Amino acid sequence: MDKIKEKLQQTSQATRSERRGRFISFLALILILVVVIAIFWFVAAKGLATFFQNHISVWDFLSGRTWDPSVKGANGKPEVGALPMIVGSFLITLLSALVATPFAIGTAVFMNEIAPRNGAKILQPVTELLVGIPSVVYGFIGLSVVVPFVRHVFGGSGFGILSGTFVLFVMILPTVTSMTADTLKSVPRYYREASLALGATRWQTIHKVVLRAATPGILTAIVFGMARAFGEALAVQMVVGNATLLPHNLVSPSSTLTSVLTEGIGNTVMGSLQNNALWSLALVLLIMSLFFNVIIRIIGRKGELR
Amino acid sequence: MNKRRIAGVALFLIAIGGLLGLSYQTRNRSSAGGSITTVGSTALQPLVEAAGEQFSGDHLGVFINVQGGGSGTGLSQIQEGAVAIGNSDVFAEEQSGIHSHNLVDHRVAVVGIVPIINKKVGLKTLTTAQLQKVFDGTYTNWRELGGKNVPITIVNRAQGSGTRATFEKWALRGHRVKTAQEQDSSGMVRSIVSTTPGAISYVAFSYANKTVQKVAINGVAPTNQNVTSNKWQVWSYEHMYTNGRPKGVAKSFLNYIESPKIQSTLVRQLGYISISQMHVERDVKGRVTVVR
Amino acid sequence: MNAKTADKIATAVFYAIAGSVILILAFLLGYILISGFPKLTWQFLTTPAKAFTAGGGIGIQLFNSFYLLLLAMLISFPIALGAGIYLNEYAKQNWLTTIIRTAIEILSSLPSVVVGLFGFLLFVVHMKMGFSILSGALALTFFNLPLLTRSIEGSLAAIPNLQREAGLALGLSRWETVTHVILPAAVPSILTGVILSAGRVFGEAAALIYTSGQSAPALNFGDWNPFNISSPLNPMRPAETLAVHIWKINSEGIMPDASAVSAGSSAVLVLAVLLFNFLARWLGRRLYHRLTSATN
Repeated sequence: MDKIKEKLQQTSQATRSERRGRFISFLALILILVVVIAIFWFVAAKGLATFFQNHISVWDFLSGRTWDPSVKGANGKPEVGALPMIVGSFLITLLSALVATPFAIGTAVFMNEIAPRNGAKILQPVTELLVGIPSVVYGFIGLSVVVPFVRHVFGGSGFGILSGTFVLFVMILPTVTSMTADTLKSVPRYYREASLALGATRWQTIHKVVLRAATPGILTAIVFGMARAFGEALAVQMVVGNATLLPHNLVSPSSTLTSVLTEGIGNTVMGSLQNNALWSLALVLLIMSLFFNVIIRIIGRKGELR
Repeated sequence: MNKRRIAGVALFLIAIGGLLGLSYQTRNRSSAGGSITTVGSTALQPLVEAAGEQFSGDHLGVFINVQGGGSGTGLSQIQEGAVAIGNSDVFAEEQSGIHSHNLVDHRVAVVGIVPIINKKVGLKTLTTAQLQKVFDGTYTNWRELGGKNVPITIVNRAQGSGTRATFEKWALRGHRVKTAQEQDSSGMVRSIVSTTPGAISYVAFSYANKTVQKVAINGVAPTNQNVTSNKWQVWSYEHMYTNGRPKGVAKSFLNYIESPKIQSTLVRQLGYISISQMHVERDVKGRVTVVR
Repeated sequence: MNAKTADKIATAVFYAIAGSVILILAFLLGYILISGFPKLTWQFLTTPAKAFTAGGGIGIQLFNSFYLLLLAMLISFPIALGAGIYLNEYAKQNWLTTIIRTAIEILSSLPSVVVGLFGFLLFVVHMKMGFSILSGALALTFFNLPLLTRSIEGSLAAIPNLQREAGLALGLSRWETVTHVILPAAVPSILTGVILSAGRVFGEAAALIYTSGQSAPALNFGDWNPFNISSPLNPMRPAETLAVHIWKINSEGIMPDASAVSAGSSAVLVLAVLLFNFLARWLGRRLYHRLTSATN
């Protein structure tokens, strides 16, 4: 009797394997969390040194227009004005999202609503391939095709926000497209059936019912694409011109946070002000990507409520 | 089923372990500990790489790892003692954040730096004053200097780059330049100047090929000959720094690079100027003394 | 304009948009392959690179790319699988899960150059691994983890809850349900995710410049002992990959045929990514048929 009791009270093999499995998978997750926190800690510690060790005011950093950390400005402090880069990054991100959105929505609608068979067969691999082309290669095509094109058509030297926009447009297109396609897929079939039954045409169904129902998802896709555009470095750096000037127009050379960061990091000495200032740029990037994520969550929550 | 699988996995692990143990036993002991790492200047990288390859050919089992990363990285890594040799285009004293008293300088080559312009501009020589006014933005069109009617596009190297520091110090005489386009590598600068109408920039002699127009300054032609006599003043040393006196492989490798064997072959083939050819010497402060 | 015409116009516009996206890709691929095609010879693919004379190949770089990819995947796949399983099967919807998810998303939108520099300071300098394949693989793991975790979580989430309920109803524990029911059903889409992320890892340059380094010492392909420094398998040797090679010869290359080598390498890189994509599709479809015994 006692033996049976003991056996029944013992945890079974299944329970033990359950606990073990749960523990191992939890460990994996915690490992990722540790990695993220370590990178955060690292970037924040380096980036904040500009303000705490070198005593640059945060306001001067965010609103200054001259970036020349090895030279002292009028107020006796090194010139670390990041405004041109911040403006450049935002302009390039917004513009490329603006150009990419209609293409992405159009392609996703085509794949889902107009020609699902051919769409899935051809466009799906096409968008996945666009993801797979390395950013170095995008950069060189940008340099040898986009820049001369912009120079001939729009004037200027060809380097600038506009060329960056064209390159980033192609780079974020697949991300936005595939995420939009996923949202369209999740719009229930009976929405479409009801609309068609009311006598609406396909176009009326698409833009009055399907797109309307998918709006939160599409917005998430766009913001996600913008987050990628904001963090892209190598390809943009090759075509944007890297002049730390506020852009006068779309074809004047300007710079982004990532382009100045990658360009300068090898030429500065770890721990010096020049180096810390670059890490402050990385910190701005990190905070911005946090911000984009918060926006995505808010949109997602609003979408859920309806 | 389950037990068999476990046994299989165990067997597999034992086999892997055995193989690793066996290969550890039979590893090539002569090469252990025989490699050093050099980090830094991308301008010096081709020379160190090529010399390192030959050095390994002559000394079997010794390896020289050559990494780029820029002069700043080279100097900060050698200061922290993380690598054996740090390569730099500038004197350690000139780089902020470097406390140079521990670092030992080995000058292994000289590079001349030349202004380059797009071929269609139609100019072949400029004066120092003209160069200064081009780079500070006073002139905006090549017409004002007697060239074609194309707007001037300035392409700078990145802030902190050794080539830029040398160019601004010796060609522009420390004249402050206007903020303009920047690129972080010589190859990129050259391809931009060759394809952009009205572009001007500067690169080391070895990068200035037929796709761009080299510019003489004050009538002095950018030749190796003129660099050795300091007639062409826009040049800099290539430094290989060690932390304290070099030891072991680092020492023999530095001797190898400084030896006539490399200085008279590789150094010249790769477009650098050998130290032994120089008739002058220049110190950190820019004072020039005649050698012998 | 009546509704019928509007419908026709809209349809035409959608066709035009889809067509232009296909055209963009066709142009990109065509441009890369045509400019690189003359270089694509067996000799180019197998000989080592040359620093300053013409006629160098990309043999070592190509091997390094594959080896690094393999190591990075070996490290990151188990971690991503575990994290994906926990997030999808066990995690409750609470603030902690939200934070973890946000953290993963942020890691995935972080510029890879920051990941590379972090890897440089942590692995290369602090842990004294030097510029090595191992440092590079670890940096790539950081870069790859968020993408892979997300894609595995997505694959698991796509399995209908009916399957889980069926497993639990049979008296299996949750873990057993996951390993015996859910995972086999999700294998095809997990595999697709893995291969697609492999494509991204294969083309990554910025994270590797400061970790696995920019030099490719000569290898002795007759020596497969991982403890020998010239052995291809040694994980502690510096290793320039194909993507880094393209970046390097375009920035500081002084060989006379630099632009041809760069075009050829780009073509090889894109071909490899193409191959990964087709492999992913083909394997995914095959496995799906096998594991679900679907006909046709």
